[in-house]
Amino acid sequence: MTGNMFINYSLLILFLPVAAFTIQIFIGKRLPRQGDWVSIGAVIITLVLAIAMFASMLFGHDPNFSQEASFTWLDMGVFKIELGFLVDNITITMLLVVALISTMTHIFSLKYMEGDIRYSRYYAYLGLFTFSMNGIVLANNLISMYMFWELVGVSSYLLIGHWYEKDSASDAAKKAFLTNRVGDIGFFIGILLIFSSLGTFVFSEIYDGIAAGQLGGTVLTFAGIGLFLGAMGKSSQFPLHIWLPDAMEGPTPVSALMHAATMVAAGVYLVVRLFPLFTPDALLVIAYVGGFTALFAATIAVTQNDIKKVLAYSTVSQLGYMILSVGTGAYIAGFFHLVTHAMFKACLFYGSGSVIHSMHHALDKKHDHKTDPQDMRNMGGFKKKMPITYWAMLICTLAISGVPLFSGFLSKDAILAGTLSFASQNPGHFLLPVFGFGAAAITAFYMFRLMIMTFHGKPQMPEIYDDIHESPKEMTFPLVVLSSLSIFIFYTLPYFNPFSDEGWFSEMIVASDSVVPGNETAHYIAEGIHHVHYYAMALSLIVAALGIFLSWTMYFKKKISADGWAKKLKPIYNLSFNKYFFDENYNQYLYQPFLKLSNLVAYIDWDLYDKYFINGFGRVTKLFSFFTGRLDYDGLDQTIIDGIGRSTRRAGGVLKYLQTGRLQSYLLFALLGVILLVLFQSF
Amino acid sequence: METNILSWIIWIPLLGMAAIAFVPRGKTKAIKIITAVATGVQFLATLGLLSQFDLSTGGFQFMERATWIPSFNITYILGVDGLSLPMVILTGLLFFLSTFVSWNINRAVKGYFSLFLLLDIGIMGVFLSLDFFLFYVFWEVMLLPMFFLIGMWGGPQREYAAIKFFLYTLVGSVLMLIAILALYFTCGRTFDMLLLMETAPTALNGVMWWGMSAIKVIWVLLFIGFAIKVPVFPFHTWLPLAHVEAPTAISVILAGILLKLGIYGMLRINYSMLPGAVWWFAGALAVLGLINVIWGAMCALAQKDLKKLVAYSSVNHMGYILIGMSAVIAAGAANGNNVLAAQAGLGGAVFLMFNHGTISAMLFILVGVIYERAHHRDIEGFGGLATRMPIYSGIVALAFFAGLGLPGFSGFISEAMCFIGAFPVFKGIVIASTIGILLNATYFLWAFQRIFLGTLNEKYKDLPEINRMELFTVIPLAVITLFLGIYPKPFLDLISSTMNVIIDTVANVSSFAGVF
Repeated sequence: MTGNMFINYSLLILFLPVAAFTIQIFIGKRLPRQGDWVSIGAVIITLVLAIAMFASMLFGHDPNFSQEASFTWLDMGVFKIELGFLVDNITITMLLVVALISTMTHIFSLKYMEGDIRYSRYYAYLGLFTFSMNGIVLANNLISMYMFWELVGVSSYLLIGHWYEKDSASDAAKKAFLTNRVGDIGFFIGILLIFSSLGTFVFSEIYDGIAAGQLGGTVLTFAGIGLFLGAMGKSSQFPLHIWLPDAMEGPTPVSALMHAATMVAAGVYLVVRLFPLFTPDALLVIAYVGGFTALFAATIAVTQNDIKKVLAYSTVSQLGYMILSVGTGAYIAGFFHLVTHAMFKACLFYGSGSVIHSMHHALDKKHDHKTDPQDMRNMGGFKKKMPITYWAMLICTLAISGVPLFSGFLSKDAILAGTLSFASQNPGHFLLPVFGFGAAAITAFYMFRLMIMTFHGKPQMPEIYDDIHESPKEMTFPLVVLSSLSIFIFYTLPYFNPFSDEGWFSEMIVASDSVVPGNETAHYIAEGIHHVHYYAMALSLIVAALGIFLSWTMYFKKKISADGWAKKLKPIYNLSFNKYFFDENYNQYLYQPFLKLSNLVAYIDWDLYDKYFINGFGRVTKLFSFFTGRLDYDGLDQTIIDGIGRSTRRAGGVLKYLQTGRLQSYLLFALLGVILLVLFQSF
Repeated sequence: METNILSWIIWIPLLGMAAIAFVPRGKTKAIKIITAVATGVQFLATLGLLSQFDLSTGGFQFMERATWIPSFNITYILGVDGLSLPMVILTGLLFFLSTFVSWNINRAVKGYFSLFLLLDIGIMGVFLSLDFFLFYVFWEVMLLPMFFLIGMWGGPQREYAAIKFFLYTLVGSVLMLIAILALYFTCGRTFDMLLLMETAPTALNGVMWWGMSAIKVIWVLLFIGFAIKVPVFPFHTWLPLAHVEAPTAISVILAGILLKLGIYGMLRINYSMLPGAVWWFAGALAVLGLINVIWGAMCALAQKDLKKLVAYSSVNHMGYILIGMSAVIAAGAANGNNVLAAQAGLGGAVFLMFNHGTISAMLFILVGVIYERAHHRDIEGFGGLATRMPIYSGIVALAFFAGLGLPGFSGFISEAMCFIGAFPVFKGIVIASTIGILLNATYFLWAFQRIFLGTLNEKYKDLPEINRMELFTVIPLAVITLFLGIYPKPFLDLISSTMNVIIDTVANVSSFAGVF
């Protein structure tokens, strides 16, 4: 591909889904099959285009490839906004990830959403999401990034709230949007700080400005933290993590696409994209938030019984990993994990969807609408019934746990090496690798807990067990594709070493140097990582093995009683089980007081200020008018005016005697008048 | 270029009124059609104006001048520039659409539409007149039909609302009149606004009245006069009441255009004639903007009546405009000649003026639709309507998202520009007011959830879907909002020359020492 082909292809990839969205919204319902083929056709074309771009990236073999195109969006003379697109290797890879997962989700939904009351709406919103997500990926400037960022938020709102008849779904949708907006305030302030110093929104120009020293120090730190706040919202980082688990109210394929693989990765993508502008202080904030989230969310996932909730907290935790790696400077590792995680986490969600779908049908058959089809305590022994789902999920579980031969091992290892290297250079920050390795152990533990509770052991509900079936082809196909893509080889080609992340990815996607003066160079960071690489690998293997072993003895062999330990650690267990009471506390100490305050403000405005103060003017005026009225009528009119009338009459009675009819006297009066006038004038 | 197009635009409704006068009382359809034709022709004429408008100049175009009362130097001067043109087009559009929003009016139809057209004349006149006396006459002409339209065709508390609106605005008018007379007597006994824009900035320098700077006194008088219209906190309480009680079409005009008259007045008169005081007042303007944003949003959050919520959202949005307006001083030497920020702020403010016109009009029409069907507007009293009225709820969702400043709709970029512009000068205030980004979303989404989501309220299982006539009134507004949100350049091209004139006026004065 030459010239602007990359840009042209990208524009097609960007706009095809929104075209599908428009068609679906207006005439979707009237089309055969409610128009699902329109949406699917559109995403498949984007997938083909993305593959073509990806292939030419591989064959072009230029790690520094980059193309930009922009147009004037508004222009007032000096104030000008240019919107544009940036296509480089990170973009191309990301476009492929989005197109692939989006296509898989479209296909998976064919059966999963079959017969849904708003089937065409559902596909419409998927198109809107794909469009917005690609918009984020392609942005070369902060304004269009922010715009698509918000649009992603809306598509998420619409899809989480797809079954809005349920209050829990509409609550979750609103919560997702508003929590994201909290982060977006930070994002926007970050944009303001950068723009007011540099006068540009375009990434490359921002980097030039920072390199030239036009922006730096505390302001840049705050700008970076502001932008990162946006990422915290979207990527569900502590303490804005509360919306993602609730977002599981949306249909499961949506959870796979948005709340596992792509949308929530947008935050990570943002900090990866903008890595060169973060100051060391901002990076430290990023590292700690990410690291803490990784561990914190993992500790919640351990005790959850809802299969999707486990995966949701696992996603929060894995996103924390990616953020952590950006903070430590090994941001390419974070992006690598974003890609591998997209595959295996989407696959895990499809797997859970497949299980839930099956449970749902089985329960339906028994007319049981009370049992929760997502509760793992109602499952067990599904391995025999759903072999494809089982094996696909197992591969992905191995991948997420960091077992060699699978993709997660490579990317997780790279992140952990990054934290270890960072801590060895800055021993004060020893907590970062503790977060990382700790979370790794817990991840392996809860993922195997999930697998064993769902697929092994005895069926917990024997009465429905016979009705549990493998899902149809439309649903198993994405499982097979994505679980295959969780095998190491797809990331290491043309090499075959399962223990080294060397391959097309490491060759094509290279770290750029930070533009902040004084920050470490990409080379220096890479050297450090190289140095600790083997320790990190050994350590990560040990913690993964530990987690898996513990899970295996506890849930498979039942050598250790999970319930017993839960009782022994009651307070800690309760904290974890109740997600550290974040929702309750936010509700009690933030939402409710604010709502009360708003009610108070409205009361002051309407019932006090307006009623008494403003209307007070009216009342005072009325009172005043009453008196003036009295004065006017009784005083002025009746007494003075009428009095004048009366006196005039009387005067007339007197003055008539002046009417003498004699010309001399009239002349005399006129003369007197003139004299009086002259006298007045002279004063 | 000799043309009378501006006079035609102002007086076309008068022809409509004359025609209506000859129609028998009972022929309501004919009256409505006449109004539609009159406003439609007027709207087309404003579009004609747009097509002939010269973007390269910031001065007045299509000028008309005629002697009127020469003994007092009162002249009939009309003209249009980049500040008034968008508002003229918006007025044309909203009056045309509001005619159809009023289609269900069936009480005293003749009176209603006559007053409606009179209101149209008043508003167009204010935007187009360049003689202060004429301006004031039109300003007062507007007040009268508004009073009757709210007071006779309004809701249960209509009389109270009408009288409150009338008195409140009258106070503003009186203050404005004093200011106009003060300018008249101090600046060479003229009402010619073009002349005043040249002479007033310097003629008043150093003039003191009762120990106060004349510029400041006149500025404050004018500001309060206009602030009541905007409305700026704490002069805002007439607005929710008038909105709630007014018939739908009148709420549309109120929110869509009348509020903008205040902003227009400030920019046309305060900014252009007393640019020195902009420097003195910009900080206060930004603070008032912040208060409007937060106070309006919190009040909106607490409302139970949907129409009142939308009304308070206007208070909230006017705050962003004030913040954007305060950015103009960035262009002064004292602020490092940051013309970029000034353009962003002022451009954003005027852009938002227009956008709020389309978005709030949409919101009020949509509130009217549900009120027409359910005969109440209690947010808590609905529930699950999305299942029953999918098209209506889709359009409401669109309008709400436009209202909460979602990118892709015109509200977003104009709000963002207000922030971007004011940020270099008023960092703290802008940062504090960005919380509005969150609050806007909160009150709109929460209201949406309570009305449309959840299980369908059994009471409303037969509620009819939005009809064609209603769709016809909303869709043009939605299209404009979307178009300008996706591609704002045409609009900003339209206004930027004039914005630069205003910015220059304010920026240049900063070099004057001892203005006060």
